[in-house]
Amino acid sequence: MSTNVVTFTIDGVEIKSAPDKTIIQAADDAGIYIPRLCYLKDLPPGGHCRVCTVKVNGRPVNSCTYPVAEGIVVENDIEELNSFRRNIIEMLFVEGNHFCPSCEVAGKCELQALAYRLGLLTPQMPYLYAQKELDATHPDVYLDRNRCVLCGRCVRASIHLDKKNVFGFENRGINMKISVNSNDGLQDTNLSKEDKAMSVCPTGCLVVKRQGYLTPVGKRLYDKKPIGSEIETKKVKS
Amino acid sequence: MSTKTAGRKIVINPVTRVEGHGKVTILLDEKGNVQQSRFHIIEFRGFERFVQGRFYWEAPTIVQRLCGICPVSHHLCAAKATDMIVGAKTLTPTAEKMRRLMHYGQTLQSHALHFFHLCSPDLLFGFDAPVEQRNVIGVIKADPETAKKAVLLRKYGQEIIKATAGKKVHGTGAIPGGINKNLSKEERDVFLKDIDTILQWSVEALELCKKIVKEKLDFFLKFGAFDSNHLSIVRKDGCLDLYDGLLRAKTADGKIIFDMVKPEDYLDYIAEEVRPWSYMKFPFIRSLGKEKGWYRVGPLARINNCDFIDTPLAEKERQELMSLSGGKPINASMVYHWTRLIEMLHSAEKIKILLNDPDLQGTNLITQGTKQKRGVAWIEAPRGTLFHHYEINDNDQIVLANLIVSTTNNNEPMNQVVNVLAKDYLQGKSEITEGLLNTIEVGIRAYDPCLSCATHALGQMPLQVQIVDHKGELVHELIRG
Ligand code: SF4
Ligand code: SF4
Ligand code: FES
Repeated sequence: MSTNVVTFTIDGVEIKSAPDKTIIQAADDAGIYIPRLCYLKDLPPGGHCRVCTVKVNGRPVNSCTYPVAEGIVVENDIEELNSFRRNIIEMLFVEGNHFCPSCEVAGKCELQALAYRLGLLTPQMPYLYAQKELDATHPDVYLDRNRCVLCGRCVRASIHLDKKNVFGFENRGINMKISVNSNDGLQDTNLSKEDKAMSVCPTGCLVVKRQGYLTPVGKRLYDKKPIGSEIETKKVKS
Repeated sequence: MSTKTAGRKIVINPVTRVEGHGKVTILLDEKGNVQQSRFHIIEFRGFERFVQGRFYWEAPTIVQRLCGICPVSHHLCAAKATDMIVGAKTLTPTAEKMRRLMHYGQTLQSHALHFFHLCSPDLLFGFDAPVEQRNVIGVIKADPETAKKAVLLRKYGQEIIKATAGKKVHGTGAIPGGINKNLSKEERDVFLKDIDTILQWSVEALELCKKIVKEKLDFFLKFGAFDSNHLSIVRKDGCLDLYDGLLRAKTADGKIIFDMVKPEDYLDYIAEEVRPWSYMKFPFIRSLGKEKGWYRVGPLARINNCDFIDTPLAEKERQELMSLSGGKPINASMVYHWTRLIEMLHSAEKIKILLNDPDLQGTNLITQGTKQKRGVAWIEAPRGTLFHHYEINDNDQIVLANLIVSTTNNNEPMNQVVNVLAKDYLQGKSEITEGLLNTIEVGIRAYDPCLSCATHALGQMPLQVQIVDHKGELVHELIRG
């Protein structure tokens, strides 16, 4: 057995992967979609959201942080886990203030697309109707915390890709929120609309201004194909 | 209030086949004479608050949810207001024509719905026909061919909306400064194939309406008739224009009150009165004051106000209609139906012209100029003039929104029609019959009010009638449904 390759299974499918990969990376390469929210290919994993939870040898782990290993048995697309993922997505919906029908990122929003893919049409949990702040002070971008899922992608992108450190988390638990490194909101940060951080938000929270609704309904990212199909098509090709 | 305790009160609640929920109160004195009539509308004005703090480009998509019946009008009117905000003085031909196509599609489907589903049962079966027959199911049974055409006419309009806005209801097509898609040749060809049939059916619907009205012309001209001012937008040259133009107001006998008013000046000409018993405001023409300044809007006002129509079939019909009054405004409520169908025909003609225009396949979709803090626009929604006014701050957020919706503009006329009909038909009667009450509904329905919750159940909605004596005690109650 070569030390450069490990072999394991996801839902019974045999996968070969380099040993330094995480499960989600190996799955992506193999064209198997593991639902995720805070993980993004070009960023270090955050391990915040737990949507990517899989079972490894029967034990639940984050697939975005857990390394592959020889012979492990990974379970992914099973109802037990999908229902768990649905619960997380549902909680994110009721904790925030999401009004998809008029939201400018509807159709390309990962939260909305995950809800559709996992079969969550209407949350059953009570809405919290929490007061959240909208920071519109920056001339070119806005931060609408009503739609933030605290995935931390912006935090990591600003640090690792833009070398700026504009975003961070404040408070804990239910009071946790995304903050910016200035007392006067985004206008006083060195964030620019060209920053990589501006293209990583999975929802309509961190958004470039005056770009809304440019793509007609029917042509938006997830109008025709569900989220994850971009990964699954790789499998079909190979 | 003293008037409430002085006599009997008849309440008709809810008005069936009105799109939404309303309540009619007719207050009779001890002798049974009509003392006062009110049409109560539960209208949700929360949207003006709801959009505060949101971004101006969200307005067209948010405010259209005011209404599930004519969302396109709100969508387009808000988009036009945001055109002003982004400094788009003139849209690209493709954007302007796509939006117009959307609007004519909306007018076609809305007028078709109203005529066939809501009004034709009254016209075809008589106002006091049994309620089991006097509904759209009755129409389908009596005349399945016409009913089928009604459904297809409406569908055609809805498909146009989908092709221009992305969805049949609550699309996103119009954006500040333009539109987000053009019409592909494939999409166009589907519509072109059927447009002549649609035109033909629009003519037939109008002929049917005219035949019924002409058979009892005197009756229809008098039924619920009252003098009013008329308000609408017209094109610069006085032509009927449902999508854009300048504001014109005429008196009941046709004198111009004001003309060629620009949207940004609307507050100099129109004011709104609040009355304690109604959630809905009462707009009026400032120069005439609250008492005399109220006006009609909608198809009747538009046909009365315009000098001509720029599509041949509709113009011929306009001339025929206006010859009834020697060219002066017509002040008969039931003529709304006739004018509505002239506009349906006009919309079909306009759709045909637009479909043959290669500009719809253009790719230049958006214009912008110098940003402004204030955006005001209007549009002729199927039910009448609709005003949208927004002001934004330096951060692009809406800080003020004022909407005057078509049904609000027609608020006083609807109260008037109830009053006139109550005086004519309920006077002195001790027994309230279904037919009698429906007479009042028929009058209101002529105005096609679209109330905020579109929960009409086509003849199945229970109708509650109450007579309350001067001591506040219930003396007679009629419940149907
Ligand atoms: S951010 Fe996504 S989930 Fe939230 S309102 Fe917008 S589309 Fe819906
Ligand atoms: S702003 Fe967007 S990217 Fe940042 S934490 Fe919130 S949802 Fe994630
Ligand atoms: S994607 Fe793995 S924890 Fe969020």
